[in-house]
Amino acid sequence: MIARTQKFLGYICLTISFSLLLCAATSSRWDRIPEKDHARVNPLAAHSEAVAAGALIYRDHCAQCHRSDASGDGHKKPALRSERIRSATDGDIEWFLRQGDLRHGMPSWSNLPEAKRWQLVAYLRSIQ
Amino acid sequence: MARSFLSPACLFSALVLSLLPGLAAAQEKPYFVTYSHDLEEPGNVEVETKTALAQPPGSHRYGATASELEYGVRAWWTSEIYLDGQTTAQESTILTGFRLENRFRPLMREHVINPVIYVEFENITGADKTLLEVVGHDGQSDLAEPNSDTRQEHEHEAELKLILSSNLKAWNISENFIAEKNLGHEPWEFGYALGAARPLRTLGSGKPCMFCLEKFTAGAEAYGGLGDTDSLTLHNTSHYIAPIVGWQLPFGRFSFSTGFGLNSNSLDRVYRIGWASELPQVGSWFRSSKGGTR
Repeated sequence: MIARTQKFLGYICLTISFSLLLCAATSSRWDRIPEKDHARVNPLAAHSEAVAAGALIYRDHCAQCHRSDASGDGHKKPALRSERIRSATDGDIEWFLRQGDLRHGMPSWSNLPEAKRWQLVAYLRSIQ
Repeated sequence: MARSFLSPACLFSALVLSLLPGLAAAQEKPYFVTYSHDLEEPGNVEVETKTALAQPPGSHRYGATASELEYGVRAWWTSEIYLDGQTTAQESTILTGFRLENRFRPLMREHVINPVIYVEFENITGADKTLLEVVGHDGQSDLAEPNSDTRQEHEHEAELKLILSSNLKAWNISENFIAEKNLGHEPWEFGYALGAARPLRTLGSGKPCMFCLEKFTAGAEAYGGLGDTDSLTLHNTSHYIAPIVGWQLPFGRFSFSTGFGLNSNSLDRVYRIGWASELPQVGSWFRSSKGGTR
């Protein structure tokens, strides 16, 4: 009887833990960018090779969804020549690349080294 | 002799890779056993093979290949199917079963440590030698038994993993805790896998290149068994440490590792070779045929 009760309590704890885990999952939206990230400036903006390197990174990782001309698909994969990108700070874009938006289909690119994300930011700035 | 290591699954994979146009380089880490929190990009299909080559003491050399199709269902959910096979010299070439696998990221944001829940069903025979995980009291003696005996053992197994993974600076550090249950009334078996890897150069060069340092990733992984519910112990378990290297090519990722056994229950050496390519946005092929966007 005691074993059965313990097993039942175990299931309850597991269910509650999983529910809490799901509740803790919050969407990564532009309006939730922390202030310190928002204020960051691209440290590679002055590097002459940053745009060219960013273009290659874009070709390898981003073009398959957002298209090679960054026009997007007009649906879930938005154009990247947009007012949203133009009005965002360097830090906003780098933060969004790092976090992704898993709930809405954008993968996290935290697996790219930070320097490459900044090169990508430089490229995205150059095509606006 | 080398020809005997070309299992049907390996040849099939090579044929598929040579025929499919539009392949792109796969982006995940070059681990063979450890999983990081990298999931497949939604809509993409990754075709991957992982081959293990070894020779248990007193037995014949073998090559075992796991061929894998991985699909990004959502940005937080990846689904996979594996087909396993092996060739043992002077014995036989056989298919050893299949695996169905799903990985979920429960947290939608990037954290210092990112959990992934891994659920797998395996329908394999005792002749499976792919060493995609080491659990319980797995050891080199299991790999030395002849195919004619081990192929008669059918195993239906459920495997759960808790994957914890961090991208710190340019490093990826991943820890996997493995629990596997043979559904035929055997105890839970446990194991672990740890991995760390880093690209040799973190800055993009700005010119297309194949041999520049940014295309290479190096690291190491360690994995082994932790006993079972009857005896949660390191005694009579096997453990390996394996330096790994990955090479990002325009149409795929090549990876290689040499695993070194750390105790007498382990194989002396396990050589692993991997190849992975991506078919981008396969999901949109079907949507476009219905008049949707592509």
